[in-house]
Amino acid sequence: MPPDFISNVYVFIVAGFCGFELIKRVSPLLHTPLMSLTNALDAIVVVAAIIIAGRHETALTTVLGAVAIAASFSNMVGGFFITDRMLRMFKAGKAKQ
Amino acid sequence: MMTIAAVQQYLDFAYVAAVILFILSLKWLSSPTTARWGVLAGEIGATIAVAATLFNPEIVQYKWIIITLIIGAAVGIPLGLVKMTAVPQRTALSHAFGAASAAMIGIAEYYVGVPRVTRFQMGEIGLEVIIGSLTFTGSLIAAGKLQEILPQRPIVYRGQNIVSLAVLGLALLLAILMVINPAQAWLFPIMVVVALGFGVLLVTPIGGADMPTVISLLNSYAGFSAALLGFVLNSKVLVVAGALDGSSGFILSVIMCKAMNRSFTNVLFGAFGQVTTSAAAAKEERPVRSASPEDAAGILEIARKVVIVPGYGMAVAQAQHKVRELYDALIKRGVDVQFAIHPVAGRMPGHMNVLLAEADVPYDHLKEMDEINGDLPQTDVALVIGANDVTNPAAKTDKSSPIFGMPVIDVDKAHTTMVIKRSMNPGFAGIDNPLYYMENTLMLFGDAKAFVTNIVKELSTHN
Repeated sequence: MPPDFISNVYVFIVAGFCGFELIKRVSPLLHTPLMSLTNALDAIVVVAAIIIAGRHETALTTVLGAVAIAASFSNMVGGFFITDRMLRMFKAGKAKQ
Repeated sequence: MMTIAAVQQYLDFAYVAAVILFILSLKWLSSPTTARWGVLAGEIGATIAVAATLFNPEIVQYKWIIITLIIGAAVGIPLGLVKMTAVPQRTALSHAFGAASAAMIGIAEYYVGVPRVTRFQMGEIGLEVIIGSLTFTGSLIAAGKLQEILPQRPIVYRGQNIVSLAVLGLALLLAILMVINPAQAWLFPIMVVVALGFGVLLVTPIGGADMPTVISLLNSYAGFSAALLGFVLNSKVLVVAGALDGSSGFILSVIMCKAMNRSFTNVLFGAFGQVTTSAAAAKEERPVRSASPEDAAGILEIARKVVIVPGYGMAVAQAQHKVRELYDALIKRGVDVQFAIHPVAGRMPGHMNVLLAEADVPYDHLKEMDEINGDLPQTDVALVIGANDVTNPAAKTDKSSPIFGMPVIDVDKAHTTMVIKRSMNPGFAGIDNPLYYMENTLMLFGDAKAFVTNIVKELSTHN
């Protein structure tokens, strides 16, 4: 077992619980933007793709890394973009009743 | 000149900052008033992480990185500009992209290390690549169904579940064989192909009405594959982001399943297809009362409280802007108008809210099912626009109904219920809706957009 495995398990568990508690509190009103935002955050795999492509070890790994950069970076850009567009549309009514 | 270890330390600080911002991002998303700050926090976090990574001393060549970052942005911007009605398929497509990149990085990691890959690493990589691959093809199929390139109805055949499970079993078996001897590189592409095939088999039998659950499940898989990739690469920022995304998808899947009173296994392996025949056979001619736009306008005009129940039909007809005009016309007359949103209305979680927000309906008038159900007995008119199963009273009373036990919006309790519907054809799940034959129900036959337009026109002449 690699030495960092257990520390990664700790991180995973704490982050998982943290996510659970935070997301439970998101209003169902915003479930669509929630999904597009978490998608954009998940696109952080782009950092791993950058390293794989940049290490330039074999043609195969460079191509895989490069395609992964394009795929995940498009998620990052598009995800933040559309989430913000959606959230701008949510307006409260004039407080009269 | 800094040593590699020193640079690595600075990079880790950047990743910690990114993780903090990601968590704040989700925290701020909890309320519409702070949600846009959440996006900003996420953007800053992601920018810090990507910028820092570019300083990683392991990088020896920047050409492809720059080119593909530009391509990614060029693809991402149009995908961020799609119409709100296309958001479900866009979301499915982005799950596909996310899962594909996680799978590809896992595959590259295997080939980088191949003669030296340990059994433990092989187990991690195998699992990660299988989940990433099946999520990739599964999400593509889901996107195809939502875009109606593929048929939305469930595609089922005899022995389907056995075939699907056998294919999944084969993928896992190949992974186990590789763990036993990680140097068997020839097995690796076979495992990837089998996992890709399983993704297709997993989503093909699922019908459009179950898409909110499936899209949430795929969201969760995409997240967990990124978290697993974090284990493979020993990258804590990936573990955190993947765990956040995975748990978000998981919670949404649970909410969707509860809203349909079904289990995960039932959604994935119990396609609604079999139901269609029995429900169709039991159909008999029963009288329904229909009404014209003039009648409907007359009834709405004298109402004090109106609850509008939108469904997927409103999205298909692109009627949300007309519905907003109707809302305005009624509000102007002093009618109290609320919208009742069922959690699985539409094709993804929150779909109706986004469409109505796009049409400028204030979000404080969008009520969750549990919030509005208590008001329905005091409601003069419940107006159902393109929703079917989520209003079916048989779910409360008829034990033989395939949707028995599913929580529904109690439109049958309103003084008058009006249903805009194209025809008497039962919905996609093929389940008859007794609501349509009730005494206080009026059927408004026609296209949702055209019918609402006519009601609005009528109302404007009554001034």
